[in-house]
Amino acid sequence: MSWINLSALWKIVVFGLIAGAGLPALFAVGLRALSMKGARAQTAGADSDQIVGGNPVGIVAAAFCFLIVLAAIAWGIYEVYQIGHPAAK
Amino acid sequence: MAVNDFLLVLVVITALSFDFTNGFHDTGNAMATSIATKALGPRTAVAISGALNLVGAFLSLAVAATIASGLVDTGLVTLTVVLAGLAGGITWNLLTWFFGIPSSSSHALIGGVIGSTIAAAGGHAILWHGLVSKVIIPAGLSPIIAALVAATGTWLLYRISRHLSDGARSHGFRIGQIGSASMVSLAHGTNDAQKTMGVITLALIVNKTVPSTAHAPFWVILSCGLAIAAGTYLGGWRVIRTLGKGLVEIEPPQGMAAESASAAVILLSSSFGYSLSTTHVATGSIIGTGLGKKGAQVRWSVAGRMATAWIFTLPSAGLVGAGAYALAHVIGGTAGPVVDLIILIAIAATIYLRSRKTKVDHNNVNDEWTGGVAPAEPEPAVAA
Repeated sequence: MSWINLSALWKIVVFGLIAGAGLPALFAVGLRALSMKGARAQTAGADSDQIVGGNPVGIVAAAFCFLIVLAAIAWGIYEVYQIGHPAAK
Repeated sequence: MAVNDFLLVLVVITALSFDFTNGFHDTGNAMATSIATKALGPRTAVAISGALNLVGAFLSLAVAATIASGLVDTGLVTLTVVLAGLAGGITWNLLTWFFGIPSSSSHALIGGVIGSTIAAAGGHAILWHGLVSKVIIPAGLSPIIAALVAATGTWLLYRISRHLSDGARSHGFRIGQIGSASMVSLAHGTNDAQKTMGVITLALIVNKTVPSTAHAPFWVILSCGLAIAAGTYLGGWRVIRTLGKGLVEIEPPQGMAAESASAAVILLSSSFGYSLSTTHVATGSIIGTGLGKKGAQVRWSVAGRMATAWIFTLPSAGLVGAGAYALAHVIGGTAGPVVDLIILIAIAATIYLRSRKTKVDHNNVNDEWTGGVAPAEPEPAVAA
């Protein structure tokens, strides 16, 4: 009988960092790629400018980053469903 | 049997009412930061959050199992015990909402049920190991883990995006915030809607309607999802305001970092069956995002007030739950629980009426933080 499930704890910390900090960081990398040389800013609001990509390499890299983020989220939701419905397997 | 069925119906209605308070108490966990940074309009935010809470309710059943059979000895619990426990949870939820304190709805519920169980059957009816290992220890650790993840995320986001103009950064991360806040709403549905499912399942087990190993039946999942979604949609503006404006002044990258951290920690922990508090996690994340950005300041006095409320949540809800059980027991029969409910409705009505005097809604939720829940009145209130 253990009071702390250490194996669950380290998994929550490590996967928490990967998903909770890594994915937004990847999103930021995508934003940065999108704004590579050739991009321009388009006013979208009082304190907000939409980045319009102008660099083909940047656009492809950004799309790649955003897709990975979306795929990771979809996979995460699928995993949660699988774990949470033991009978549904 | 007919008497028991009547009681069962009362318990289910009370449980769904708790779920409803759980919804509006916790809207802020998902949406406070998005509303504070204006990534989403207040009313859009609560609508999205409500819908995703409903979806989330169907996503996982691990936490419901913990609540239904992991915390108390189901053989010693009666319907009156469950009802009294719910009364404790609802009372504490309403009080903390009134003061704009984002306390844990989960602890209110668990505290209430444990208090009434102890009053009815004594301490040996509590599965202390389950309580400590699945509720109390996670409650202590989860805000720290969330703060760590959020601080790391915040630091990375500002580091990576340092060459972007402020305008481009705001626009980009506001979009990211919509996604991450949606994930928190989904996570909230998977974690918190399940707690009520667990309690209703517990009541069904107690009433021998279902065997003690049963999972939540479909109608339970659906009604819990709907109740929490409706509560969320109502929007707990008082708590939203404290979380979004009171703790840290938040910019879009911080909002995204905080929400991503919350979503990741809640979903991971739910999968392990930890019924942790989404509120503790969200608060930890918001504090973390203040720690991860140079120059940002955390209002520790507000944080300290919250932490105090957290410590008191389990015992206070427990005391109310125990009191409600004692009262029902003294009166006896079916009349006991009915009297409990009438008192509960009276308390709820009183708190609601008092809250009208210092109203916080979607119009003034983002006003400058002046140290209290309700923003300073721009002009003396006109009597009406």
